[in-house]
Amino acid sequence: MNIHEYQAKELLKRYHIPVPEYIVIRHLEELKELNLDEAVVKIQVHAGGRGKAGGVKFAKSLKEIKEVTRRLLGMKMCNNQTGPQGVIANAVILSKPVDIDKEYYLAAIIDRAKKQMILIASTEGGMDIEEVAEKHPEKILTLPISLPGKLRMYQIVAFNKFMGFKGDVAKQAAKIIQNLVKAFYELDASILEINPLVLTPSQQLVALDAKFGIDDNALFRHPLIAEMRDPSQYSSAENAAFENDLSYVSLEGNIGCMVNGAGLAMATMDIIQHEGGKPANFLDVGGSATKERIAFGFEMILSDPQVKGILVNIFGGIVSCKMIAEGIIHVVKERKIKIPIVVRLEGTHVKEGEQLLEDCGLEIIAAVDLLDAAKKIVAQVQEVI
Amino acid sequence: MAVLIGKNTKIITQGITGKAGAFHTQECIAYGSKFIAGVTPGKGGESLSNLPVFDTVHEIVREMEVDASMIFVPPPYAADAILEAIDAKIGLIVCITEGIPVKDMLEVQSALRLSNSRLIGPNCPGIITPGECKIGIMPGYIHKKGHVGIVSRSGTLTYEAVHQTSQLNLGQSTCIGIGGDPINGTNFIDAIKLFEKDPNTHSILMIGEIGGSQEEEAGRYIREHVTKPVAAFIAGATAPEGKRMGHAGAIVSNGSGKAQDKIRVLKECGVCVAKTPAEMGHALVEAIKKFKGK
Repeated sequence: MNIHEYQAKELLKRYHIPVPEYIVIRHLEELKELNLDEAVVKIQVHAGGRGKAGGVKFAKSLKEIKEVTRRLLGMKMCNNQTGPQGVIANAVILSKPVDIDKEYYLAAIIDRAKKQMILIASTEGGMDIEEVAEKHPEKILTLPISLPGKLRMYQIVAFNKFMGFKGDVAKQAAKIIQNLVKAFYELDASILEINPLVLTPSQQLVALDAKFGIDDNALFRHPLIAEMRDPSQYSSAENAAFENDLSYVSLEGNIGCMVNGAGLAMATMDIIQHEGGKPANFLDVGGSATKERIAFGFEMILSDPQVKGILVNIFGGIVSCKMIAEGIIHVVKERKIKIPIVVRLEGTHVKEGEQLLEDCGLEIIAAVDLLDAAKKIVAQVQEVI
Repeated sequence: MAVLIGKNTKIITQGITGKAGAFHTQECIAYGSKFIAGVTPGKGGESLSNLPVFDTVHEIVREMEVDASMIFVPPPYAADAILEAIDAKIGLIVCITEGIPVKDMLEVQSALRLSNSRLIGPNCPGIITPGECKIGIMPGYIHKKGHVGIVSRSGTLTYEAVHQTSQLNLGQSTCIGIGGDPINGTNFIDAIKLFEKDPNTHSILMIGEIGGSQEEEAGRYIREHVTKPVAAFIAGATAPEGKRMGHAGAIVSNGSGKAQDKIRVLKECGVCVAKTPAEMGHALVEAIKKFKGK
C-alpha cells in the first residue's frame, strides 16, 4: 500500500528526519486564513512524475498561491504510472521554497534476490534513479542493512565518504540514514525513498520529497498507517475488493475475468490477449472460492461498464466444480446477466458441474480447456462490439 | 523416492487443530502420506485423526523421529512456527500460509542460513511425489507417477501444468510449489538442482511469473549446469506495471521483473518457453524432442 507525500513526511518527522514545513489543503476554504508570500504547491497523488505532469508549481505571492491551488486541487493527472483513467488530486501541499546547493538520493528497499534490506544512496538526486543506475552506476552506493534495521559504523563512514559529506553535514547525514533504516524496519516498509535529499546554502540537509510504501501483509500491526489509505486513489472495484479481501486489478479491456489462483488468473489474461482480446481485469477469487465469493466477483466485474463478456476459469482443487457451477447459475439468474459468459471448469466434480451448466437453460457457453475458453470469449465479444 | 519426499517421509502438522490444518492433514493421510503428530500450542494431549497433538515441536522430536513439517499457522504467527521447526532441526519445512510479512521472512532467512533445514514456501500449495507422498493442499488425483519435475511459483497454474503433463502421459516425479511471496525458502535454482541430481526426473517444467529475477537466474544456471530438457511458462505478460497481481511477489516495479524479459533470457539460455498457458505440456514435449535430437 502506498501513502501520500505529506503522510510519508509525517512518518519521517516522527523519526527525526528534517522535512520542510508544509500545509495540507483539501478544500479551498482552507486558503482563507493562509499567510504565505511564496510557496511550492504540489498535488498529492499516488504516482510519480508530478512535476512533468504540471502538478508542481512555484507561486510568488499570496494571490498566486491561491490561484495555483485552485487550479491544482481536483486536478486529474495522467501518465504511464496512473493509466489512462488517471488519478485525482484531492489534496495539495504548500511549503516554503528551499534554497538548494546540491541534491542527493536516499532509499531503503528489500533486495529480493539477496533476501535482505538495502540502503541505496546517490550523489545524483532529484532524478530518475533507474536512469542514474543505467548511465552512471558508479554514482550509486548500495549498503546491506542488518537486522533489526541497523547500519554499522563502518558503513556510515563509507557512506559519508561516497557522498562527500564532511564535518557537521556528515553528522546530520549519519543521523538521517540511521533513522531512515530504523523507520524502514520498524514500519514494515517496502520502500522508503527521499528524492531529493537537499543540502541548503546554510549547510542543512532536508528531505524535500518522500515516498513510503508498506508491506500489505504487515498492515495488521500498523493500524495508524492502515488508516492513511486513500480510497480516492483506487477504482471503486479495487476498493470493494480491498474491503472484501479479494485480489482485483482494473485493466483497460472489455473481457471480465474470474479465476481461482493468482498465477492462473494472470495466465488467463495472457491467453485472452494472445487470442486477440483484451482483459478488463485481474480477479483471483481464491483457491477456496465459495458461492458468495463467486457472486461478489460477478458484482465487481459487472461494475465496470466496459465489460462486454465474462470468462470464468476455475481449476477446482479443493473446491468442487459443482459448487462453482451452482454459484454461477444462481448469479446469472438473479442478476439477469445478458452479456456472453464462457465457463471453463476443470478438476474436482467437473462432470457434475458441466452437466449443471448444460441443463440450466441459460446461455452459458461451456469450454473444454483454457485455449478453447479464450477463443470462445474473444469471438463472442467481437460479435457484440 | 523422487526428490525431498517419498513413502517413508514422517510428517507433522504445525497448526493441526485449525480448520485448514485439520482438513488438509486428513486429505494428505488419505493420499497415503505418513503423518505422525501435530502441534497446536495449548492443545497438547488432545488428538486429531488419531494423531497425538503436542504444544511444541520440540516435545515431538524428543519422542519420535520427524522428517518434515507442514505449517498451517495464521500469518502473524507463521514465521514463529517456521523458526520453531528450524530450531527443532526439522529437515524439510513446508509452509502453506499466505500473508506472512516480508520482515518476518528476513528473520527466517537468517535462521535458515545457519541451519540444515530446507523451507518450501511460504504462500505455496506444497510438495507432492505422486503415488507416494503429498505435503500440501494440491488435489492429489490429478497427478500421475512419471518423470517430469515441476517447480512453480503459483498454485492453480501448477495444477494446470500437472493436468497437461498427466494427459500427455508424461507424469510427474515431484512437484514443488515454491510460492508466490517475494522472499521464499526454496527458489527455482534450488529445485532445479534437486531435479538435475534425481535419476527419476527426466525433464523439468518451471512455471514463473512477473516480479523479481529468479527466473532469469534459473535460466543462466540451466545453461551452465543442467543436462536435462527444460521447458517454462511465465505468467503476467499482460500485467500492468506497478500493480500487485494477487501474489505478494508478483509485481513489476520500476521496469524490472517483466515477463517479456524473463522469457527472453530463458529462451537465450535454451529453455523452451510456452507461448500460452495452454501449451505448457507441448512446450515440454518440444524440449524433450529437441534434446533427443542433440
